[in-house]
Amino acid sequence: MKTHDVIVIGAGHNGLTAAAYLARAGLDVLVLERNPYIGGAAVSRELYPGFTYSNCSYVSSLMRPEIMRDLDLPRYGLQITPFRGGLTMTRDGDYIASYRDRDMHRREIARHSPRDAESYDRYSAAVMRQCRFIRPMLLETPPDPTSLLPRDLRGLWRIGRAFRDLGPAGMYETIRFWTMSMADFLDQYFENDLVKAHFTGSSIIGTGLGPRSPGSAYVMLHHHMGEVDGTIGAWGYARGGMGAISRSLAGALEAAGGAIRTDAPVARVIVRKRRVAGVALEDGEEISARAVVSGMDFRRTVLQAMEPGDLPAGLVKAARNFKIRGSSGKLNIALDGMPTFRGVPADCPALAGDLHVTETIEEFERAYDDWKNGRWSRRPYVDLMIPSLTDPTMTPPGKHYMSIFVQYVPPELADGPWTSEKRDAFGRTVIDMLSEYSPDLKDLILHMEVRTPRELEEEVGLTEGNIFQGELTLDQLMFNRPAPGYAQYRLPVRGMYMCGSSTHPGGGVMGAPGANAAREIIADLRAGKRA
Amino acid sequence: MTAGARHEAPLLKTPFHPRTAVLNQAKQWGRWAGYATVACFTELAHEYFAIRHAATLFDVSPMKKYRISGTDAERYLNRLLTRDVRKLRTDRVAYAVWCNDDGKVLDDGTVFRLGEKEVLLMAQERHLAWLQDSAFGYDATIEDVSEAIAGLALQGPLSCTVLKAMELDGIAQLKPFGIARFDLSGTPLTVSRTGYTGDLGYELWTEPDKALELWDRLMAAGALYRLTPIGSRALDLARIEAGFIQANVDFIAADHSVRMTRQRSPFELGLDWMVDFDKGHFVGRRALLRERETGPRYRLVGLDIEGSKPAAGALVYYGRARQVGLVTSAAWSPTAKRNIALATLQAPFADKTDGLWAEIYVNKELKWEKTAARCRIVTRPFFDPPRRRATPAPDF
Ligand SMILES: Cc1cc2nc3c(=O)[nH]c(=O)nc-3n(C[C@H](O)[C@H](O)[C@H](O)COP(=O)(O)OP(=O)(O)OC[C@H]3O[C@@H](n4cnc5c(N)ncnc54)[C@H](O)[C@@H]3O)c2cc1C
Repeated sequence: MKTHDVIVIGAGHNGLTAAAYLARAGLDVLVLERNPYIGGAAVSRELYPGFTYSNCSYVSSLMRPEIMRDLDLPRYGLQITPFRGGLTMTRDGDYIASYRDRDMHRREIARHSPRDAESYDRYSAAVMRQCRFIRPMLLETPPDPTSLLPRDLRGLWRIGRAFRDLGPAGMYETIRFWTMSMADFLDQYFENDLVKAHFTGSSIIGTGLGPRSPGSAYVMLHHHMGEVDGTIGAWGYARGGMGAISRSLAGALEAAGGAIRTDAPVARVIVRKRRVAGVALEDGEEISARAVVSGMDFRRTVLQAMEPGDLPAGLVKAARNFKIRGSSGKLNIALDGMPTFRGVPADCPALAGDLHVTETIEEFERAYDDWKNGRWSRRPYVDLMIPSLTDPTMTPPGKHYMSIFVQYVPPELADGPWTSEKRDAFGRTVIDMLSEYSPDLKDLILHMEVRTPRELEEEVGLTEGNIFQGELTLDQLMFNRPAPGYAQYRLPVRGMYMCGSSTHPGGGVMGAPGANAAREIIADLRAGKRA
Repeated sequence: MTAGARHEAPLLKTPFHPRTAVLNQAKQWGRWAGYATVACFTELAHEYFAIRHAATLFDVSPMKKYRISGTDAERYLNRLLTRDVRKLRTDRVAYAVWCNDDGKVLDDGTVFRLGEKEVLLMAQERHLAWLQDSAFGYDATIEDVSEAIAGLALQGPLSCTVLKAMELDGIAQLKPFGIARFDLSGTPLTVSRTGYTGDLGYELWTEPDKALELWDRLMAAGALYRLTPIGSRALDLARIEAGFIQANVDFIAADHSVRMTRQRSPFELGLDWMVDFDKGHFVGRRALLRERETGPRYRLVGLDIEGSKPAAGALVYYGRARQVGLVTSAAWSPTAKRNIALATLQAPFADKTDGLWAEIYVNKELKWEKTAARCRIVTRPFFDPPRRRATPAPDF
């Protein structure tokens, strides 16, 4: 039987990224994907004729440009188009918008608070300082602070130097920032409730935190540290939907000689004599390999694909305790035309951006309370976008695709497990709320896909439906991701690795975990170790 | 030009001005051949991405257009241009350069073969004097028809879709560099599958008094396809990605240069493929034959530069100290996701696979930082989508 150099479990974008780097290094790589399609949470599917949905993730910023360049992804169809602005609508028919033009943006904030408008530049400089600090770490293996190995010491020294470069005030600011709540962070700059609410959303997307929870400021940073063509914090659409990112990675992989098998669910990793020997598929087929890298989340990798007996008990315990709480849902809607929004001019450029209806931090917290109580939010936070306003390939001309990301949706409900009826009721909650702002929305709906954490878990394989493959809190970031001592992409079985969003630098369509893991694997295989 | 305009305004208005002026929210104008042209209507990013993503309109009316007619039109052009015009069939377009007697490039442009005895030559610069002087002894009449033809470039992946929505029958079958003729309520409308973006695209030509009707019909047809008017800044980014050179940016037109050493031959501009020594005599042939023996002094190349900071104007070094060239056009390419540049290098350094560095200065909050960025010579175009060549043209 043929022995591959590396088997990658899961054709999520990180698995594909790792595989492409490995194949380009001359290794024989096979990717095994459970679903009949690739992409994991970076996927585009046509569920209604003529309409392409970005079924899970919907916008791109985190995907590292170094990876696009290394793997030549534009050649395989990757095109990212930045979008313009965004707005938060209010019940009384007004809104606050963000515009790309600085002066337009300032005037718009000033409509609500002249003071806050002037504070905005201070706020963005503070966010940018944090971005400058963290961005160089994204494509680096996190150094282990307890290690005395030269590479760890070098890594720590680099971080230490970047930290010192912040200056005394910047150092204090940074230490506070990493543990701070978004509400406290915003209070330092803004006083108007609507202005604050407008900037709050990215601090709670995908997490089990509210804007008043410590750590939520970092989640905002996680959404700002990306870029589109050098504009830090900018977001864009992948032409053809987020699946186009995965397809371009697959293109690069195949061009480098790698292969992908879909409909190939891995049941377990085969370990012989304390080293990896390959994997067994659910139908019993065994495929051998010198190394296995899992793109699944930490929980699944350790608790489902591996035998507890092959691993240290502490690691198994860490996997069981790994915070991977689901908190999000998603609606994908095919629309017969462009809906109108009360009070918003039809030609407002901000409509091409992200739309929201949560007006105060208080409302965010109430939505969060529902989640803690085991219910979906009665007035959820939505991140609503109409990608077809920008990307003409998503729908037939004149029709539109609406993507609605919804926060908060618990993985389990207080009154028992999710059912299809409850899922539909959840969908109705969202549409009813939005109909207050867009009276013609309901009549335009041709088809709607509703996804709760249950669907995300079952269809994408994200435990509890956690979109980041694990909570983005300081206790689970950097050298603590996914668990202390295991942040360098290796598991303590020779030849066993992880490359999913459960590893540093975490979730989002970023590719960095995959690229970092590949670098470690290549180094090990070259050194002849672990193989 | 109307009489009143002689002293009233330094810049003239193109036939599309009534539309472009209204749409120009950013109030950024540029000048081109004596006309006011829009540099940016709204936001550079918005306009640039529309080129690669949807469809765009750019007013090319200021382009200099020379009509060459007469029984010797073909013979005349074959002597003028370095490539073989006899191979250019009616209703086809070709890219071309022409040189002076020393084999130095005067300009580049496009040749539209409208008939056996009629050709249009389009260029960025003015050439009436040279063209007429060269006509001595030929039955060829050269007229400047620039003001008689209004032009719009419709470029982008949805450009064919827009033309289909405008009901231009059979447009999808038009091959790259082909010309098709249509009717615009009684006036001829000429469509060529040409452009400056390196993408799927067309150029539409008609009489100036039909310009606004053409604009309106295109915008109406394009309403569902995100048809976006664009300015010259967005176009410039696309043309760098396409790897196209521009006169007086990437080379100095020979007859404008004061310093003779700045003049460049087609070989030096990387246009070897356009020089056809087999076709018989043409202007500059002897000098170019000599140069073919001795080799060019310079080479215009495409560079892929490490990092993301555009290398505009950067000096190029071989090793740390030896200065070997200059970047003439540079950009971060949002579509190729590379830091690209066009550069002129001393010929011996134009096949180096290693050791080339661009010196880039970046102003970081009032602190200049100098970086040496590694350069790799790469083939152009930097971005080359299959849709550019596909016939029938794809829908998007
Ligand atoms: C609803 C939603 C919205 C989001 N929005 C955004 C956004 O707009 N922008 C953004 O940047 N990020 C967003 N994210 C986060 C981002 O999509 C994910 O963090 C990222 O895609 C995860 O990629 P991954 O490769 O690490 O893992 P995954 O995408 O989870 O890939 C894991 C792969 O493994 C496969 N698999 C699982 N088990 C097995 C098995 N036993 N055998 C074989 N294969 C298996 C799965 O099918 C899957 O393909 C969103 C996520 C969700 C769910």
